[in-house]
Amino acid sequence: METYQLTVNGQPKEVAVDPSTPLLWVLREELKMTGTKYGCGIAACGACTVHLGAVATRSCVVPVSLVGKRPIVTIEAMAEDPVGRAVQDAWVSHDVVQCGYCQSGQIMSAVALLKSTPRPTEANIEESMGGNLCRCGTYVRIRAAIKAASQQLK
Amino acid sequence: MTTTINFANKLQHSRRSFLRVSATAAGGLLVSLYLDFPLAAQEGTQPQPKVYPPDAFVQIKPDGKILIIVNRLEFGQGVQTSLPMILADELDADWSQVIAELAPAADVYKDPLFGIQMVGGSGSIAHSFQQYRELGAKTRAMLVAAAVEQWKVRPDECHTEASVVHGPGGKSATYAELAEGAAKQPVPATVRLKHPSRFRLVGTRVRRLDSRPKCDGSLKFGLDLDLPGMKTALVAHPPVFGGRVKSLDDTAARGVAGVRDVFEIPLVKGRGVAVVADKFWTAKQARDRLKIEWDLSAVEHADTGQLSAKYKELARTPGNVAVSRGDQKAMDAIAPANRMVVEYEFPYLAHAPMEPLNTTIRFDGDRAETWAGSQFQTVDQMAIAEVLGLKPEQVTFYTEMAGGGFGRRAVPDSHVQREAAAIAKRLRGTPVKLVWTREDDVQGGYYRPMHVHRVEIGIGQDGMPAVWRHVIVGQSILRGTPFAAMLVKNGVDETAVEGTADTHYNIPNFHVSAHHPAVNVPVLWWRSVGHTHNAFVMETLIDELATRAKADPIAYRRRLLKDEAGKLHRPLDLMDEKSAAWRTKLPKGHALGVSCHESFGTGVACAADVSIENKRPKIHRVTIAVDPGIAVNPLTIESQFQAGVAFGISQLMAKGAITLKDGRVEQRNFDGYTPPYIIDAPVAVDVHIVPSSEAPAGCGEPPVPVISPAVVNALARLTGKRYRSLPLVSI
Repeated sequence: METYQLTVNGQPKEVAVDPSTPLLWVLREELKMTGTKYGCGIAACGACTVHLGAVATRSCVVPVSLVGKRPIVTIEAMAEDPVGRAVQDAWVSHDVVQCGYCQSGQIMSAVALLKSTPRPTEANIEESMGGNLCRCGTYVRIRAAIKAASQQLK
Repeated sequence: MTTTINFANKLQHSRRSFLRVSATAAGGLLVSLYLDFPLAAQEGTQPQPKVYPPDAFVQIKPDGKILIIVNRLEFGQGVQTSLPMILADELDADWSQVIAELAPAADVYKDPLFGIQMVGGSGSIAHSFQQYRELGAKTRAMLVAAAVEQWKVRPDECHTEASVVHGPGGKSATYAELAEGAAKQPVPATVRLKHPSRFRLVGTRVRRLDSRPKCDGSLKFGLDLDLPGMKTALVAHPPVFGGRVKSLDDTAARGVAGVRDVFEIPLVKGRGVAVVADKFWTAKQARDRLKIEWDLSAVEHADTGQLSAKYKELARTPGNVAVSRGDQKAMDAIAPANRMVVEYEFPYLAHAPMEPLNTTIRFDGDRAETWAGSQFQTVDQMAIAEVLGLKPEQVTFYTEMAGGGFGRRAVPDSHVQREAAAIAKRLRGTPVKLVWTREDDVQGGYYRPMHVHRVEIGIGQDGMPAVWRHVIVGQSILRGTPFAAMLVKNGVDETAVEGTADTHYNIPNFHVSAHHPAVNVPVLWWRSVGHTHNAFVMETLIDELATRAKADPIAYRRRLLKDEAGKLHRPLDLMDEKSAAWRTKLPKGHALGVSCHESFGTGVACAADVSIENKRPKIHRVTIAVDPGIAVNPLTIESQFQAGVAFGISQLMAKGAITLKDGRVEQRNFDGYTPPYIIDAPVAVDVHIVPSSEAPAGCGEPPVPVISPAVVNALARLTGKRYRSLPLVSI
């Protein structure tokens, strides 16, 4: 067991866990923040996407010992973030979700995209969202909602 | 949306202050609705008239909120919105005040036709449309009766709108104000339902009720459940289905800090080793450190390469007959040049819902509580009770929101719940959450069965198929389950031949048979079940015949379809109209692929604009036309089809197969078994609904069968090749 000081959604947090514990499980089980989802554990589905030092990151393959001082931002903070809120609103108005399990990760990837590329092309969308699986297959509406959020943020 | 953890208690507490009635609502009308998936009831019998007490479905709260209980799992298909719409419409409820919750397991929430509480066969709306209408109408009638009593007026002087009863002389009262009086009213034995022209919600595009909590991370799925003192369990399963533990060294596993117990448990087939720990990661580390020597001697080591050869050999002889009409010697009259013999092969497919399988159970000796995102509450509840030595009613079963399922959460042998119960039994008093990791899920069986089809076709002078002899080889999904009595007939599992044996194409000499070899790989229904492979074979062959006849693929289908197949003619006409603008102006390097297929009472026509990019199909656009009967929520239908065609592409993915070598599954996770990502899915999908006043049918499964044949038909136009073996490894 090691103790780690983390900054999660702007708040200081302290956890005592095995150094190999992925950030995903620290968030879900130590900090009880279950909005970040477990889907595969090998960075192949994107359900666990968070922003680590402002970069969209698969938290299932980042051991907590490697987080360092980088701030962690999760889906739970998106309602307070202007881009996050716009993306969530677009997701709701476009009725994107079905089962919804992957959508925390989809939204975190979409927010990261719009923060770096406010006017994304289809190719930008396919690239940034390319690692987020939606088993229901809501991709058509995800594309539309990202474009709508981009318009909204003009 | 709140979790349903304390739902039963909430219901108890609510009874004094909220609308409470009891009712006798006959389920008889439902029998006339379309049904192609009859399960629990015995064949030929009609469901018993069923009592549906409105207070089990509707609560009118003092603040005006109207809570509607949904008798099914929500796992993406949208019933948590559409069933409340149906009830709220008849109730004339203010939709902005409607909230919904998923029902726990209870008799009253059983599917009116299937007789068990479940989601399957695209039956949620089809089977509960009438039920939810009646519940809404009766509740409304009782609210009006309360106003009539209070105001001393006649019922026909009152009308309702947006949760308010209006009476003569400007009198009005809200439903919340009337709820107490309404609860004292007798429940009407019969009730007049709205004329469809007066629907205010049904038929309109209503957004989902569960979007916001699914977008801000607050919605709790089963895997997110956290109870005081809860432990997490993982199970090490044998590497070959049915294997047993020869020896176990758990020293290293027990050395991981936070591990509470390691023990052998019985599985539905064979035995496994459970690891119980404080946290998931601890349990996983411990499981990785187990040293297990498995006894795999007594079980068949299935091998898909060998199965392929065996199935192809079997397909050369007719199997048990599913349908036979016309003259079976008619082929003799067909010139050899007009005969075709083709062979198709389909792999095992995993459902791979995004939320890994899980179930939480707390066993207290004389009762148990369960939390699970289940499509099969009744079956799972019974299985847990059996393992724990309880009666089903001693097992409280809360339905958790589920992250997808596609059939994987409707398992006749309840193997996940049985494992969870075996663990909870040992950990008496402690809630234990059993988690199947993604690897457990991909390697754990319960796949769409592997299939081989062999089809001999004799083409008539008119270019239409005159003789069709079709042999299907694949494991029976239903054999050995309680559903076999209903759906396995003459040795043919109907879920293996659906979509072929009942084709709407008019083929005069038509023979379909099936072989169901026993294989040591557990199999299960996968969204749209037999239609996944049958529609592919039928729709690619019909397309090939159209090409051979130099006919337009839409016109050819129209000509070959029986006149009475309205549920396909109408979508074909609509698809023809709506795709005409782009279909006739395809860019160079693009091709059109079409298909049509009816499943679960819903007819669908599909046109796809496809090119080849990076040696993969690029699907630029799909036009869908659908006839589902009354479209309860056209927005849900649009979404189901847009996303469901992407799900259907799973069949075409290069890594879209589960294979076995020497009994072991060769894929482990999404790196080896890869569902469609955004780049693989259609870029745009426009969905058009045929106007209808027929009873509503389902839309959960019908999107899946049409897309793969449409895409492959387009590829055939681009390459001149026919694709008869899935997955689509190379083009």
